[in-house]
Amino acid sequence: MTEPATTTADEPSTATTAEPVYRLRGVRYVYPGKHVALDGIDLDIRRGEMVCLLGANGSGKSTLLKLLDGIVGPSDGEMRALGRDVAAVAAGQDAFRFHREVGLVFQDPDIQLFSATVLDDVAFGPLQLGLTPDEVKVRCDEALGEMGIAHLADRAPFELSGGEKKRAAIASVLSLRPEVILLDEPTAALDPRTKSVLVDLIRRLGRAGRTVVTATHELEIVPTIADRVVVLGEDRRVIADGTSESILGNRELLLRANLIHEHLHGHVDGATVVEHSHAHVAGDDHHHGEGIEVHDHPVAAGS
Amino acid sequence: MTAANPVEEPITTPIRPAPSADGSGKPGWIERTVAGIAASVERAVFTEQHARLDGFLQRVDPRAKLGMFLAFVLAASLTSSYAVLVILYVAILAAAIASLLPTDFFVKRVWLGIPLFAGIVVIPSIFFIPGPRLFELTLGPLAIAPSIPGILGAILLVMRVGVSVSVAILLVMTTPWADILKSLRALRVPQVFVLILSMTYRYIFLFLHTVNGIFLARKSRIVARTRGGEQRRWLGGTIGSLMSRSFKMSNDVYAAMLARGFTGEMRTYTTFRMTTRDWGLFAASVAFCVGLLIADQLWLR
Repeated sequence: MTEPATTTADEPSTATTAEPVYRLRGVRYVYPGKHVALDGIDLDIRRGEMVCLLGANGSGKSTLLKLLDGIVGPSDGEMRALGRDVAAVAAGQDAFRFHREVGLVFQDPDIQLFSATVLDDVAFGPLQLGLTPDEVKVRCDEALGEMGIAHLADRAPFELSGGEKKRAAIASVLSLRPEVILLDEPTAALDPRTKSVLVDLIRRLGRAGRTVVTATHELEIVPTIADRVVVLGEDRRVIADGTSESILGNRELLLRANLIHEHLHGHVDGATVVEHSHAHVAGDDHHHGEGIEVHDHPVAAGS
Repeated sequence: MTAANPVEEPITTPIRPAPSADGSGKPGWIERTVAGIAASVERAVFTEQHARLDGFLQRVDPRAKLGMFLAFVLAASLTSSYAVLVILYVAILAAAIASLLPTDFFVKRVWLGIPLFAGIVVIPSIFFIPGPRLFELTLGPLAIAPSIPGILGAILLVMRVGVSVSVAILLVMTTPWADILKSLRALRVPQVFVLILSMTYRYIFLFLHTVNGIFLARKSRIVARTRGGEQRRWLGGTIGSLMSRSFKMSNDVYAAMLARGFTGEMRTYTTFRMTTRDWGLFAASVAFCVGLLIADQLWLR
């Protein structure tokens, strides 16, 4: 199933144009040891789109992001990004120029923050571009300010909390001012405030016309950070592609992709207990399944 | 001494030794070693907080401080005068106080460790160096007779080590570790060497936490006394697993470097700026040390 990308009604994305940033045809990726991470991926991503890659653990989201970033090449199939052959980029051809335009925020910030201080990490990308120290400083100040961590510039990464590390990792990519930003589970294991800051940031980046691809399995943030959702199944193929409303409204699809699950659940309704199966979709929204049972409830307590 | 700027609490989680896996309840030597190393690294992190205070030496360019450090260490090594060593130490102590370092911590850190290491090294020389004896104690076949030149030589060596270690601690406590590494570039240390040192310092801490976590996770599931062979097999497996993890992480880190445009050529960003004050302090320190050595030759002998 492949649906064209649409925009939300309240916030049309004027930046979306017909020019494709990514074009994947029959892309397959096999890790050494013959473990198939992705199989037969067909996908187009257009400039200015805000795309969410949804999938359960092990569905190949992180591998797909690495492919989109050109740090690994496909084992099979055709993949073009920003007019370049990704297999050639992964082999080093024009990689320098490619990475000016595409930035990847890794899931584990300890991987991304490899320098002695936050400032060194944020400056790493601009320095590789060969910018002058003054230009590097401007970019670092901008990225650190954007993420609200200017006061942490001289800190060592191991002195930071999880949320601060995540912000620093994103700042280290923003300083490159990439046209395409790839984020791997950006809100995983974060407190609500930091999560909200990052969700706002992703939305701002999209509004600014950047192409943003976010891999996640947190359904509640999807409507805010994406206009289009691509679902990877447990067979490591694209099983759905459509607007966030259409995907999140398809309970059967979400169950099949292992993004939601059904479990028994009880409501206390006055003097009775209503017991039935249900599945959470986003936040407190949930869908009631079959087999509703009603029991007397002796205690008047909140549910 | 109370610092003008309060030192913030470290964010890092304190590491305690994991109890042993042999069922005795006491921490094993491996657990103690791991926790000890981790605690040392955490202390290093803690000292970084002193490096962020707005003190006298914290405002000096790290390269100037490195130069001043070398001048003091050379002066302490070249002199054989107690007076020169005392003057050097007083200057170091004054600089530590002006840099808002807690004096008792600074003094204890140096003088509690040095008798243990330098002192043990010089003990034999106290007895073997010829000269008049301070006293003679005969215990059956054993005669203890420390020589006065031997004792004076030992005191000189311990003072020399004390001054050198003090100035090294002063440098480390007033300069973030990252800046010390970067300032090595001023001594023409290759860029790639500085990068490797910096990444080693960055990741050793992460892996030490991992190791301690592994020990704790194992201990939490041990419900009976385990045999030595089992423990050794587990240890071997853990070493292999950690090696594998570190190898995977090194690949991922390299991928993260590539993703940000790394092409094999290292470039680093420094905000260092040698001001007139920095040059002046460096020159004054060199002049002070050279002056002391000349005075040592002319008058202090």
